[in-house]
Formats: sequence, structure tokens, C-alpha cells
Amino acid sequence: MSLSRTIETPEIGGALVPEPTPRKHVLDLDDFSREEIVEVLDSTRSMKEVLGRDIKKVPALRGKVVVTLFYEASTRTRVSFEEAGKVLSADVINMSASGSSTEKGESLLNTGLTIQAMGVDTIVIRHPHSGAPHLLAQHLNKVSVINAGDGLHAHPTQALLDLYTVQDKLGSLEGLKILIVGDVLHSRVARSNIWGFAKMGAKVVLSGPATLMPPDLMRSSGNLARSPFASLVEVETDLDKAIEDADVVMALRLQQERQHAGFLPSLREYIRRWQVTDTRMERAKPGAMVMHPGPMNEGIEISNSLAHGGNSVIEEQVTNGVAVRMALLYQLTIGPGQGPDG
Amino acid sequence: METDHIVIRHARIIDPSRQLDRVGDLLMGRGEIIAAGRLGPDRIPDGCRVIDATGLILSPGFIDLHCHLREPGFEYKETIAAGSKAGAKGGFTTLCAMPNTDPPIDNAAVVEYIRQRAREDSLIRILPIGCVTKGRKGHELAEMEELASAGVVAFSDDGDPVYDANLMRLALVYSLDLGLPISNHCQDKSLSCNGVMAEGPVATHLGLDGIPAAAEEAMIARDIALAESTGGRLHVAHLSTAGSVPLLREAKERGLSVTAEVCPHHLTITDQWALGRKGEFATAAGDLAYDTSTKVYPPLRSQRDVETLIAALADGVIDCVATDHAPHDLTSKQVTYQDAAFGISVLETALGSMLQLVHSNKLSLGAMVDRLTTGPAKVLGESYSDLASLQPGTPADVVLFDPDEEWTVDTSEFESKGRNTPLEGTKLKGRVVGTFASGNLVYQSPALKFNDTFVKSDR
Repeated sequence: MSLSRTIETPEIGGALVPEPTPRKHVLDLDDFSREEIVEVLDSTRSMKEVLGRDIKKVPALRGKVVVTLFYEASTRTRVSFEEAGKVLSADVINMSASGSSTEKGESLLNTGLTIQAMGVDTIVIRHPHSGAPHLLAQHLNKVSVINAGDGLHAHPTQALLDLYTVQDKLGSLEGLKILIVGDVLHSRVARSNIWGFAKMGAKVVLSGPATLMPPDLMRSSGNLARSPFASLVEVETDLDKAIEDADVVMALRLQQERQHAGFLPSLREYIRRWQVTDTRMERAKPGAMVMHPGPMNEGIEISNSLAHGGNSVIEEQVTNGVAVRMALLYQLTIGPGQGPDG
Repeated sequence: METDHIVIRHARIIDPSRQLDRVGDLLMGRGEIIAAGRLGPDRIPDGCRVIDATGLILSPGFIDLHCHLREPGFEYKETIAAGSKAGAKGGFTTLCAMPNTDPPIDNAAVVEYIRQRAREDSLIRILPIGCVTKGRKGHELAEMEELASAGVVAFSDDGDPVYDANLMRLALVYSLDLGLPISNHCQDKSLSCNGVMAEGPVATHLGLDGIPAAAEEAMIARDIALAESTGGRLHVAHLSTAGSVPLLREAKERGLSVTAEVCPHHLTITDQWALGRKGEFATAAGDLAYDTSTKVYPPLRSQRDVETLIAALADGVIDCVATDHAPHDLTSKQVTYQDAAFGISVLETALGSMLQLVHSNKLSLGAMVDRLTTGPAKVLGESYSDLASLQPGTPADVVLFDPDEEWTVDTSEFESKGRNTPLEGTKLKGRVVGTFASGNLVYQSPALKFNDTFVKSDR
């Protein structure tokens, strides 16, 4: 069966969408148009079909080389990129900071230039510093760069898989109320999701301790100009109010070191005020989805029963993550609008 | 015949030390100013070399209270030789060198080393600034009298604030009889934490740790209180926030001995520049973002801060412009924003940046010259007033500039070893044509031409 037939040209408002400019890098969703997001989500659907086959292998990226360059620990993102590349028949090489020349003091830029010189097509990078993928994108002219999470800045593939997961369940993203709860200040997942959901016409509400919100979102006036996010989100620190009528509730991971850094009086108080629980979910829309980007601290930002309850899509998020990454690897390498069976 | 004399004719002469602003001539010889004003041919000696400066501005050479020449210790970033050439090209005839060298300038031997290097390598006057504390570590006062005797002009632990309030108090008291100011880098590190750019919308968008304005303002407020209680001389280095201005204004109104400087970049560009589009608004970060040449301490801030600082410079609440010239090697900047070194290479763009404010009518030309000459000289004290004057008998430190020449910043033409500036590729209007230090022509642009030597029949 050829998959190319199952990928339809996206139509918005009845008009054919012009062929998008081929994208070279995926750094964040802030530079994605709505049409381009729709295209990725459509392509993800086809990729998910491939993942459902008995033999999960298509030759689409045969002869292409993908390097995953991870400077931070990761389970799901890394394995998911590796699986995505391998299902598409790319050669996937995994590199991590430990055991590489980074330990001998090689700079990120020189590591990138070295990898490029080996004829690699795509670098998937995760780095603890915001903007690390941009540094590679600025200086490497022959490879595509995919951001697999940079510092506090962005995690675009996570956001795309979240968009896909919600769309898959609820049909459309337009007009939905998406609530993101927790440490927004330090969350790259939150930042990319704000761009993504807002571009798709959903309403994004943030809730959490005021100390863990970006300061410019906490002030309506004062000496800080308002953030680009200010026009895209609402902030309501009272979770019981914020959760009312939410279609989707996404709990963010709470790094336990935030308490020691003074952002929180105690985990106990955080749990009391911002843990997403069954009781609180009763205020949301009936059947509202529960999401978490992982890894979870069950019993802290989300109650155990909710994490594994009927409305949780946390495992589907992981499955969809592979499909979304296949779609992106495919589109960056081959170009938009074609199917994986070529 | 006075063949070593030079006369600059028909320039618009601006000398704030004498409230002089008129078209005229300047005669210099044997390293000194001989006369400035409308000089009749009788006063110009035969054989003297002539520069026709019609349309150009002539003023005392600029004084920079705050620059990093990196020597000794960081010669791969800058040297006194290269920094002095950069200064001359930027119209500066006096540079005050900050002590965050290796070893730091915390004893007479290092001061003497710098003075020796300056005698051998520098085209212009280099005045060292000594440390407040030994090793800039903030634990014990440096031997401030020894440093003063060796020739430092101020004290600073720049790059690091004097963080212990009591030590700052003691430094202000101890330096009272030395008559030298203490220049503090105002930053409360418990508030700036790991910040790499100004707190605000751009930092939020880029996911970079923000530095709140309060990190600067809290430290300035503390230092003003200490200056008041001790009577010491406080100089606030490179202030950057709108909120610092009323603190300073009020301190001056109460008659405290407090002065302040501001950098050209904090008067002309904003945190928006971190997006890598030369300040152009962008909703998407894109691959140009995280332009590490915009990483500087204090950080670039909002347009509102910029406007407030310009107004404060214009009305004199801020005494002077200082460059905080902070040259770096390429590798210190070709890293992530978080890892990049703080600092901008400023000496060669300072005048062009400052003239933007003049061209946009936010600052008068006279005030601009004042803040680059008499302003910093006053901070150094009465004994340095000759460095900012065209009074006959003073050193012939003179800059000649064309306020209207348009040019594009090209760091490959920099004299400084530091090519780190966000202004690379941008257009500036106004450029130095010639710089004289003690009567020597230390920088000459292609536009500077000597006419034939003067003979009386030329009249």
C-alpha cells in the first residue's frame, strides 16, 4: 500500500494552501504558520499508521544520516527520535556529551562542525542552554537542526505531539481551553505549547505559583513591556478558578530543587495549591483530557490516580511522539507534502 | 618658522570647559594648545602645517572613564597597544583602564607595569584604575594609598561589585583623604543570580534567565546611603535602568558627592537586539536569535529605560558617557548565550552612537561633547581639568570629527582586537577625522588632508 494517497493536501477555508517554503530547521513553533502545523499533524497521522503495521519499516530515509546529540539526560525524546529515524530507515547515530570530545573540552560549535563534516543530514540536539540549537543553525550550512529541548526555551517536538494528541481525541483545537499548570518559568514545554496551541486557535491559561511564572506575565503594568506571550495567554494563579471548563489540563514537571532555590515554601504547600487531582478535575469540562510531558513526579504535580486514570493520555503522548518525530524528520529531509513510502 | 606647529582652520570649535561654540581656528605646537578662537593671520606662524576643517567639529579629545584594556593577563582579547589605537580612532585621548586584569591592579608593581606598557605602546594617555579590594575578592581593602601614589585615578572592583556593605563603607571612608572616587559596578548578585539578559519579554521568549532592574537599583540605593553617611566620593559605573535615575537625581539634590556614567549602548539599543535582527521587532526568534554580541553587563534594557537614560544624560543627572569597552576573542562569544562572555567592543563606535542622539534631537551637540570631555574630567577631579580643555597651555588633546559622515560598521577594520559588537553591519552617522594626543596626530582618517604650509601671503 502506498501511503502517499493518505496524505491529503491540507485545505483551509476551502482554499488550497500554497506549497510551503521548505523548512530547514525546527527550532521552536514561534516561526511555524498555522498551515505548516496542520501539515505536520496530517503527516503525523500517516506516520502513526506506519507504526501500527506488523513490520514497522519504510525505506523513506534510506541512506540518510541522523545524529542525536544529547547534552542532557532523556528517555522518551531520545528513544523516540531514534525509533522515528530507524522506522524510516535512516541511519541513526546517538551521541552524548559524556564519552565524547566534549569531555576533552571541545566546544559545542566545533562538535557540530565535526558532525557536519562527516556528511550527516540532520542533527537532533538537546542541550541545557537555551539557544544551543540556534548556535548550530547559525554556523552549520549543510545540516538541518531539530531542537529536542534547549534550556528553558523550547521543545517544539513535544508541543507538536501534544497538539496531535489533543486533536486526535477532540477533533479540533479551535476554541479549546488548554490549562497548563506548574513551573511555567522554567518550562520549555510550556513555552512551545503556548505558541502551538495559540496558533491553532485554542485559548491557553497558565496556573501555578507566581514565583514560577515569567515576571513579565505577572504584571499588567509597571516597567516591563509585555511579552509576546502576554497576548497569547491568561494567568490565573488560583488553580480552582483556572481549571473551570478546561478541555485539557496539562501538568508540568516540578523540579524538586525549586524548593531549595526559594521559589516554593514547601512541596506540601505546592501539592495543596497546585496538584492536579480528581477533585479539581471535576471543575473542568466533563471528560477533560489529562496530559503530562513526563517524566512525572506522581503525587506532586499530579495525583497517582489521575495519572493512570481514564482521562489520562500520557501514554498516547509517548506513542504520538514517535509519529510526530517521523513526520518532522521526513519533511526536513525529503520536503513537505509527500508520503513516507515515497 | 614654526614647522612643528599645526593650525586647524575654519572648524566649529566646541570647548565646554569655556562654554565656547564658534567657528574658528586652533593652533597647537610643542604638544600644547597655543590659541583657539578666531585667529588672524598675524597669530599663525609661517611654516605651520594647515588643516582646513570647514564643516568639521573640533573639541577636546574624549576621556573614557571605563574601559577594559585586558593587559596584563588577557592579551588575546586586547592589548594596551591595540586598545590605544582603537581609542585614538574613536576620538579618545585618555582611557582609564579597569583593574580586572590578571594579576589585577591591586599593587604598585602592576600599576607601574601598565604605565610602562603605556609609555612604550600607547599613542594616547592611559590612566589606571586600582582595585578597591585585594585581588578584587571583596574581603580586604587593597593598599589604596600605595595605589594612589603609584598613579591610579580611581578605585573599582569592576566586573564584581564591592558586595559587603561594610567593606564598601570602609572603602569610602578610607579613600576620603586620597581624594579619589570609588567606582562601583552596581549589581546585587543575589538578585541578578544567573541572569544573562534583562528581565522582560525577550528574556521570557528566549528562555534566558533575566536580570531584574532591582539588581542595579538596590545596589545604587545602598551605595548612596553609604556615600551620605561617610561623605565619600561615589561614582556609579554604567547605569542602565530607568529606576536608577531618580535615585541619582535625589542624591545630587541632597548635595552628595555622587557622580554617574552611562554607556553608548545603553543609550541606543535595547534587549530586542538579542533576537539578532538589529533591533527589528520579531515575533519569531528564528535562527538569528541569541546574538551573543548583545550580551553585556549591565544588560541591554527596554526602550523606556533608553529614553529615561537619554533624558538624564541631557539634563546632567548623569555626568558622563563611558564606553565600558570590553573586547573579547571570538571563542568567548561563539558559544551559547549562557556561556558567552559579557561585553561589547565600543571605542570605535562610541561617537557614531552618541551622534545618533544628536541627529535625533535628543541631545545637543554641545552637551554630547561635554559628557565625553568635561563630564568625565570632573569625575576624575580638578587636577585633570586640563585634559578636557582647549585653553592655551593645556595638552593638545584634540579630536576633529565629521558629524555627518555616514559609514557602515565593519569590525574587520577595527583597531581593537575585540570584534564583539552588535553594531556590526549597521549604519552610523558621524566619524572621527583626526585625533591629536599631546599634539601628535595619533589617528588620521583618509578624509584628513594637510594643505600646504602656511605663509602670510596665503591670507
